[in-house]
Amino acid sequence: MDISIALILGQDGITNGAIYALLALALVLVFAVTRVIFIQQGEFVAYGALTLAMMQGGSVPATVWLLLAMGVLVTLFDGAAALRSGQARKALGVAGWNLAYPLALAGLFAVVPVASLPLFAHVVLTLAIVVPMGPMMYRLMYQPIASAPVLILLIVSVALHIAMVGLGLLFFGAEGQRTPAFSEASFDLGPLLITGQTLWVLVVSALLIVALYQFFERTLYGKALRATAINRVGAQLMGISPALAGKLTFLLAAFIGALSGVLIAPITTIYYDTGFLIALKGFVAAIIGGLASYPLAALGALAVGLLEAFASFWASAYKEVIVFTLIIPVLLWRSLSTHHVEEEE
Amino acid sequence: MTTETVHSNAGAAQPVLEVKDLCVSYGKVEALTNASLTVGEGQIVTVIGPNGAGKTTMLSAIMGVLGSKGRVAFDGTLEVVPEVERMVARGMNLVPEKRELFGEMSVEDNLVLGAFQRYRMGKRDHAQTLEEVYALFPRLKERRDQAAGTMSGGERQMLAVGRALMAKPKLLMLDEPSLGLAPLIVREIFRIIAELRRRGVSILLVEQNARAALQVADYAYVLETGQVAMEGPAHLLADDPRVIEAYLGFGKHQDMLST
Repeated sequence: MDISIALILGQDGITNGAIYALLALALVLVFAVTRVIFIQQGEFVAYGALTLAMMQGGSVPATVWLLLAMGVLVTLFDGAAALRSGQARKALGVAGWNLAYPLALAGLFAVVPVASLPLFAHVVLTLAIVVPMGPMMYRLMYQPIASAPVLILLIVSVALHIAMVGLGLLFFGAEGQRTPAFSEASFDLGPLLITGQTLWVLVVSALLIVALYQFFERTLYGKALRATAINRVGAQLMGISPALAGKLTFLLAAFIGALSGVLIAPITTIYYDTGFLIALKGFVAAIIGGLASYPLAALGALAVGLLEAFASFWASAYKEVIVFTLIIPVLLWRSLSTHHVEEEE
Repeated sequence: MTTETVHSNAGAAQPVLEVKDLCVSYGKVEALTNASLTVGEGQIVTVIGPNGAGKTTMLSAIMGVLGSKGRVAFDGTLEVVPEVERMVARGMNLVPEKRELFGEMSVEDNLVLGAFQRYRMGKRDHAQTLEEVYALFPRLKERRDQAAGTMSGGERQMLAVGRALMAKPKLLMLDEPSLGLAPLIVREIFRIIAELRRRGVSILLVEQNARAALQVADYAYVLETGQVAMEGPAHLLADDPRVIEAYLGFGKHQDMLST
């Protein structure tokens, strides 16, 4: 291997590592606030990428119907409950976000021909469709069992992962998709050819990480999520309901997932079930951070990305094995260096 | 000396909180049986009683942290089932026995989070409330950037009270605010309780330190094995031989607080 190959592999590794870092941060966040292990993070990546690809192909993305279906269910549960307790305004708000909003999106697709829209509009629409599924999913599947043990929540996550992969096959078909790059620009940096998309991935990831940091440090809602992660009872006594914290967290996680999908769709071919493998690497990084430390998770993600890139050069047939084997020494080190912690209820 | 029949706090001007026949059970064990109490506006009402009498359970049920049966009317509205967020939004705040602070966050972040529910409802005056709380607890202002978990027990208790005050409560419920604190700090805490009443906050105070509680309160309830055993104006209960024997220990003039 000469220096130029090493540089190219390094570039690949850092680009993928940036995406893994985003996913790892979302996993840590979701676990800290809700104790849910967010297995289905990868499906949000795939749904983001493939919804964009479908629109690029000129068709109405099928995910909009899933959004509508979830919205109807949420409206039935929450709207009815609000009406029963005589809170008409709340019921109206519930219906507005969960029914009127998906209907408006569906209506938009009925009126505007998808193919006529520019790439940027497709990206915005993709996020508009996929991201609200996060809070809806929390409301429907996790909120009723929010105080269940971690294991039960994990089982629900696995079930949702399987269901979403199946629906993905139904929506997007078995074909892999790749979308055009955000920009065709590229330039040389020494022996290295840096593509516009690589820059997009790095810049957007960096901006998102900074934005998330600002959100958690500066805004009251961000602090409320941190507070919930630190002390659930204390947060509840401040009026921060676990339901609100859970929905907000899932909103962020779905946004990170869908945006990651949109960013990598021009770099790799995405199949309906590709997301799992991508998110699993984010998961390895999150485990390196002990599902608790954001900086460690981000560093772990970079390590995973680089290891993957170099492994694909030296032993490409074993690259996944090598990456996932990394988790074994990490787990060993974790279990030896930390004391057993009883699960907090 | 049948205080339970002679006195009733029902005559308190404008009740803020009226609890009737509140029952809480953990499985088959009944922790609270038909407990009733009233807190009038601007009053300090205390609930004293031995460990395990159900005092904390009662506060948790009123706040909606625990499920319960019975009637809880707060600020003129009957709550069928109290729900924590709703109670906070309506002006009820609980300072729990364990403080439940956000240990890794700064003192100031802890305080600001106390105003979360108000902020969410569009009342964004927390910067001003923060100054008021700092005026009441100058110590917290000195330590505003320190992590809450690294402070002393007394400071943590002040922070817990300050955090609750950030919500500008109509009714503040304090669960064992003096527990585990040095006598000097206990005195400071009770001074602040009296000061809060002067500012128009109604207070429901649960205490094992019966002497200090009866001294500061207007009205008192004695809770034993999940039931209200006695009630009456605090100064009368402090003279009741049964109370003296069970909760005040030695003679009532040996006042720990005035030393």
